[in-house]
Amino acid sequence: MNVTTGKTPLTLQQAASEETVSHLPYQPLDKPLVLSGEPLVVIEPTKSWVALGLRDLWAYRELLYFLIWRDVKVRYKQTALGILWVVLQPLLTTLILTIFLGKLARVPSDGIPYPLFVYAGLLSWTFFSAAVTSSGNSLVGSAHLITKVYFPRMIIPGAAVGARLVDFGIAFLNLIVLMIYYGVGVTKAIFILPLLILLVTLLTLGIGMWTSALNVKYRDVGVVLPVFMQLWMFASPVIYPSSIVPQKYQWIYNLNPLTGILDGFRSALFGQEINWDALSISTGFTIALLVYSAYAFRRMEKNFADIV
Amino acid sequence: MSSIIKVEKLSKQYRIGARQTSYGTLRDKISGVARAPLAALRGRKHADTTIWALKDVSFEIKTGEVVGIIGGNGAGKSTLLKVLSRITEPTTGRIELYGRVASLLEVGTGFHPELTGRENIYLNGAILGMKRTEIERKFDEIIAFAELDEFLDTPVKHYSSGMYMRLAFAVAAHLEPEILVIDEVLAVGDLAFQNKCLGKMGEVAKHGRTVVFVSHQMGAIAQLCNKALLLNQGAIVKEGDTQRVIDYYMNEVSSGTSAGFTAGSQPGKEIFITSAQALDSEGNKKSYFSHKEPIVIAISCKINRWLPTSLMGFFVRDSRGRKVFTTNNPDWCKLGQNNKEVRITATIPLAFLVPGKYVFTFAVTVPNVGVVDLVEDVLPITIIDAGSVFSAYDGGDYGCVFANCDWKS
Repeated sequence: MNVTTGKTPLTLQQAASEETVSHLPYQPLDKPLVLSGEPLVVIEPTKSWVALGLRDLWAYRELLYFLIWRDVKVRYKQTALGILWVVLQPLLTTLILTIFLGKLARVPSDGIPYPLFVYAGLLSWTFFSAAVTSSGNSLVGSAHLITKVYFPRMIIPGAAVGARLVDFGIAFLNLIVLMIYYGVGVTKAIFILPLLILLVTLLTLGIGMWTSALNVKYRDVGVVLPVFMQLWMFASPVIYPSSIVPQKYQWIYNLNPLTGILDGFRSALFGQEINWDALSISTGFTIALLVYSAYAFRRMEKNFADIV
Repeated sequence: MSSIIKVEKLSKQYRIGARQTSYGTLRDKISGVARAPLAALRGRKHADTTIWALKDVSFEIKTGEVVGIIGGNGAGKSTLLKVLSRITEPTTGRIELYGRVASLLEVGTGFHPELTGRENIYLNGAILGMKRTEIERKFDEIIAFAELDEFLDTPVKHYSSGMYMRLAFAVAAHLEPEILVIDEVLAVGDLAFQNKCLGKMGEVAKHGRTVVFVSHQMGAIAQLCNKALLLNQGAIVKEGDTQRVIDYYMNEVSSGTSAGFTAGSQPGKEIFITSAQALDSEGNKKSYFSHKEPIVIAISCKINRWLPTSLMGFFVRDSRGRKVFTTNNPDWCKLGQNNKEVRITATIPLAFLVPGKYVFTFAVTVPNVGVVDLVEDVLPITIIDAGSVFSAYDGGDYGCVFANCDWKS
């Protein structure tokens, strides 16, 4: 590198060209830039079978954090009760369901007080459905980012799920209060709870990534999703126990990946027997879906900026 | 110095046309299959409705270079920036980047109106690829640059657009990548702030970082860049020294009208400019003049319906895009009459414009109301140095006019 220091007297011609910045000699970098033989980034059209780009994802983990933080912060700005809504929303639903289903329709609840039973179900269901819906619409809603700046696109549906997980955490605190109120003690089955939360998060991520990518191209997905989620709620043990499903249909019911998760959630909390059949189906389904979604997402990703 | 950006045979194809609009719906897809089952089977989608936004573009940029990309609308400038900043993928070809890239295709990407200035600095910084520790380190510098410290905890939705832009640019200006890719972001804010941004970018360049810059402002390109690429219809037409590429572009842009400017009939306009020519003192049409001869600009206008408050004039730009002067015809108001063709001349005195290339913009306006007719950047002329005091600095920038100052000693 050629570094000139000190001022030498300028000729008239140099003095004239001094005006144009473009003719100035450039100062070296503060710390010299070391260029390795290998390029840092290679931009090429992707091949049909693409890598997941997990390293890139890791490098952008702070962005994931900031997007989650933004989602949570923005959602409760300009609301008088703020984050309290996270707790109030399922509580009010619980109250309504307790009156209509628990008291009037006398839906059984496997020996657990119905409010507690339904709150536990709603808690995980609300997380699941809200996270699927918001991550499904997340890419379309972030068009302004996608067309202007690069970062691994998976962060967008990921952040949508993450933000709902924060809500879930807050609403979970309320569950603890309810359990103390009803005097329900925990057993050692509680240790499986973190795994169940991980499982439902991964399932959500799998569905969220796939639907969000499809939604970029086919906006129908965004319309169908809420209807589908409503249907799914009635097909899952949210407001009723899976024990009311007749024994001979139980295996069909278990094919719903949410059956194992929601049942498992209650079993872990209330110390009941865990439905291992359903839970293994859930786990297998979740892993397969997650892998498929991740690759499908990467394949569709390259067109996002052009069609979103 | 070694190359920090290597672009090899880069091409980008876009699908356009009615059937392949911005996004499809499932129903379209199904009905499309029903309508053209064969095409669907072959997996072909209207091969004729594609365009190449970039075609076989190859170039290299060395560390520390500041490269301007110029070209008309649809030349592929923005597509090139989008591919360089990994927003969209090339169809074929390859780019090797030997450094971290930050792209500024817009300032304030991801700003959320509900969040405060402070919160948006963090969010925007993260989106642009800054680490949280890096943002924390530069935080005070950013707010000082934006001159907004008292509004730091106000949601940005309450900001004026100028404040918003200042904050947005302040974050962007503190990025420290090895390669900075910038698209037209300088066309924001008030003039003083624009100059501050230009200064900041010049500083970035002086620190040896590589900058790729797209702008319509030839002045900014000429001031900042030491190399330029001219794109036309997705291909590189010319590359090299900024001034030479800009000269070439200015010539190209106006080449269709180099023999003067003529317009067809425009019955919809009250008054319009029918032709403009550059003549020497004997009345010969020319596009090259010596700096020692006067230039006669002859303009013809058709008045369909006279507007008593109108004015007619023109301005001149140099090859750096700077406006040199504006002049209005003082006797225009005496011409008023419906359905009349008028011819006027304006003489630019000798030894006024310094050697270089110039283009003219002619306009008929009603002050404070609007533009009646506008003919932009036409009638390119070149003034050749016939032995002026500046001939020693060939190609240097010594201003636009001979001031003919009265020096005494």
